[in-house]
Amino acid sequence: MEILKTYKLYIGGQFPRTESGRTYPVLAADGSHVANACLASRKDVRNAVQAARKAQAAWAGRSAFNRSQIAYRMAEMLEDRKTLFVNELQSMGASLSAAQSEVQQAIDRCVYYAGWADKYQALISSVNPVSSPHFNFSTPEAMGVVGVVACQQTALLGLISQILPVIIGGNTVVVLANTNQPLCAITFAEVLATSDVPGGVVNILTGEVGEMLPTLAGHMDVNALSLAPLPSALSIAAQEAAVDNLKRCKLYTTDLSATTAQGLHYISDFQEIKTTWHPIEQIAGGAGGY
Amino acid sequence: MSNPTWNLEPSLESAAQVQIKPQYELFIDGKWQAPASGTYFATVNPADESHLAKIAWANATDIDLAVSAARSAYENVWSKLSGAARGKYLFRIARLMQEKAKELAIMETLDGGKPIRESRDIDIPLACNHFFYYAGWADKLQEAFAGQQFEALGVAGQITPWNFPLLMLAWKVAPALACGNTVVLKPAETTSLTALKFAEICQEAGLPAGVVNIVTGYGDTGAALVAHSDVDKIAFTGSTAVGKQIQKACIGTPKKVTLELGGKSANILLEDAPIDQAVEGIINSIFFNQGHVCCAGSRLFVQESIAEQVVAKLKFRLQSIYVGNPLDKNTDIGAINSKKQLETIEKYLAIGLAEGAEMYQPDCTLPSQGFYCKPTLFTDVAQSARIAQEEIFGPVLTIQTFRTMEEVVQKANNSPYGLAAGVWTANGARIFGLSSQLHAGVVWANTYNKFDPASPFGGYKESGFGREGGRHGLSAYLKFKN
Repeated sequence: MEILKTYKLYIGGQFPRTESGRTYPVLAADGSHVANACLASRKDVRNAVQAARKAQAAWAGRSAFNRSQIAYRMAEMLEDRKTLFVNELQSMGASLSAAQSEVQQAIDRCVYYAGWADKYQALISSVNPVSSPHFNFSTPEAMGVVGVVACQQTALLGLISQILPVIIGGNTVVVLANTNQPLCAITFAEVLATSDVPGGVVNILTGEVGEMLPTLAGHMDVNALSLAPLPSALSIAAQEAAVDNLKRCKLYTTDLSATTAQGLHYISDFQEIKTTWHPIEQIAGGAGGY
Repeated sequence: MSNPTWNLEPSLESAAQVQIKPQYELFIDGKWQAPASGTYFATVNPADESHLAKIAWANATDIDLAVSAARSAYENVWSKLSGAARGKYLFRIARLMQEKAKELAIMETLDGGKPIRESRDIDIPLACNHFFYYAGWADKLQEAFAGQQFEALGVAGQITPWNFPLLMLAWKVAPALACGNTVVLKPAETTSLTALKFAEICQEAGLPAGVVNIVTGYGDTGAALVAHSDVDKIAFTGSTAVGKQIQKACIGTPKKVTLELGGKSANILLEDAPIDQAVEGIINSIFFNQGHVCCAGSRLFVQESIAEQVVAKLKFRLQSIYVGNPLDKNTDIGAINSKKQLETIEKYLAIGLAEGAEMYQPDCTLPSQGFYCKPTLFTDVAQSARIAQEEIFGPVLTIQTFRTMEEVVQKANNSPYGLAAGVWTANGARIFGLSSQLHAGVVWANTYNKFDPASPFGGYKESGFGREGGRHGLSAYLKFKN
């Protein structure tokens, strides 16, 4: 007899069931019952935010090189579970070749962002030639905790395209997965759990986006939102809730599973710029400066 | 310790050097136009409450005219010019501003109450330099954002505050024009004069009609600008409360928004810092421009071991701060910008006392006319006190103590704001350690309240988003294609 997999949430590096005890059926493309997923509650959202906040400073404090290594490890672990992802995508209606292509691109995207971890800083920083004797420089810094509403059209590639650039930049995330196709998101959580990604850096919740998003968008300890294309009413309500603590909202209007949906700006979308000034001593009559 | 009595001979800048018209109209499509409602409001000199001029009060009809003029100038003229040509206009404007620097400085001081020393040496030169700086970017945008596709946004609606009227105009108009946008700018109601003078400079520079439009008025005028459907961008500097209203109003529209809002910035003094130099820095961090500075270092954190000494030195220094006529070149603290703002500050002084903090103000005589506030220190301030949590926007410093680095980082970051921070220490490693831990968009180490066109400025958290200044400041005025 086949052992069926239980799909749970991923919070703080653990796989808990929803505190609400609720589940919902995940249906295959042909309407057959594939699995049950957790129907996460608002309390689960708050727990996930707490885990993300707890992990953020240490994650941002890791060396950029280390974040790069971890992202590459993620690609290795994805490669290892390739077949599993292909099967899950197929059960959701993808053809074999489409499923294989999506998984391959997902792996490539992890490798791509692994390479960025210790390079984007050099491209978006600056040393600024101010007119007074000061050393003045601007550097990027993670925004903090980012709420991610995953692409609701694709199960894996869109998800990875949204998560990777945000965490590569030192943020931690609370992800609301694709409601109807949540399996890949949870299987991806298993990849994370075995890739040396510290617990709490990525937290993944399955359930109704409409139920979870207001809590996430209104949460005062979330710094920013990454919103894949959503029904307009849901998106507007989220943005309105986000005003309370002036969350930075990035609305993606294009297909995040597109081959082109990667780049430096997906990282800089979730970076603050900090400018630091320091006086320069004028020595021996010379006007020192940078 | 007490200071000798300072009897400084007044050294007054002459207000007769500027010509303020009795009445100002709206500057729309390169012409001076009367407001649709026929309504005008008075602008007064906060130093003596004297009437300066009548200013047109724009309503939604006027905003519509201004936006149409800006749209038409964008479509037909400005977007067709090369970056190099746009840059030349900006260079020309910068030069004209420099030529009129003295007039602009006096006007700024008369209308806003800031010391002439500051408007002459800081506000106006920085405003000119801002135009010079962005003039040079206008033909180098491709290099600034290599590998990205972008274009100008179109019509930018800009709303500026009363604390640095011309400087904030420069921060907004210069990058907007450099990036190829046209603008409709609404200055703060208490300080419209230099913006209107700037309109004259645009005319003199031969800037095509409609590229810059200046619409004066109150909050309702600004709200009409924010609500206008043909505006592509809103840039706002002002209070966090209004910033949130603006952000809300723009949801569901394609408008790009940048907000530069309030702050309650921490200024951290460690025991190994050169104390006398730091005391001067603290004075500048909170009393610069009467404390009407969004990034003012209004929360001082002093390491416990030196707290007593530092507080004594600050009190001594306060005795020689000269509060008085803003046109007097001796003046350190000028007039509070408006009666309303003075009332706000006085409300907070009462709150501080009611919360049990100890207040210190030096013995000094304030002018009998006009709006003035003595420089004020509060000690024995709780972290939860309203005077330590809320932005006062006046010459009021709260002083708290700390023992460890962990404690001060936690206290400094425990604020909904994140605009700026200061760190004073002789320990280089500690400077970088602390400045990287502080959640603030600008960190001044062993200095404070320094500004430069090449230096990006803007906040974290509820201090707003987007940057003004430097290469980063260009992004606020471009639409990137994802």
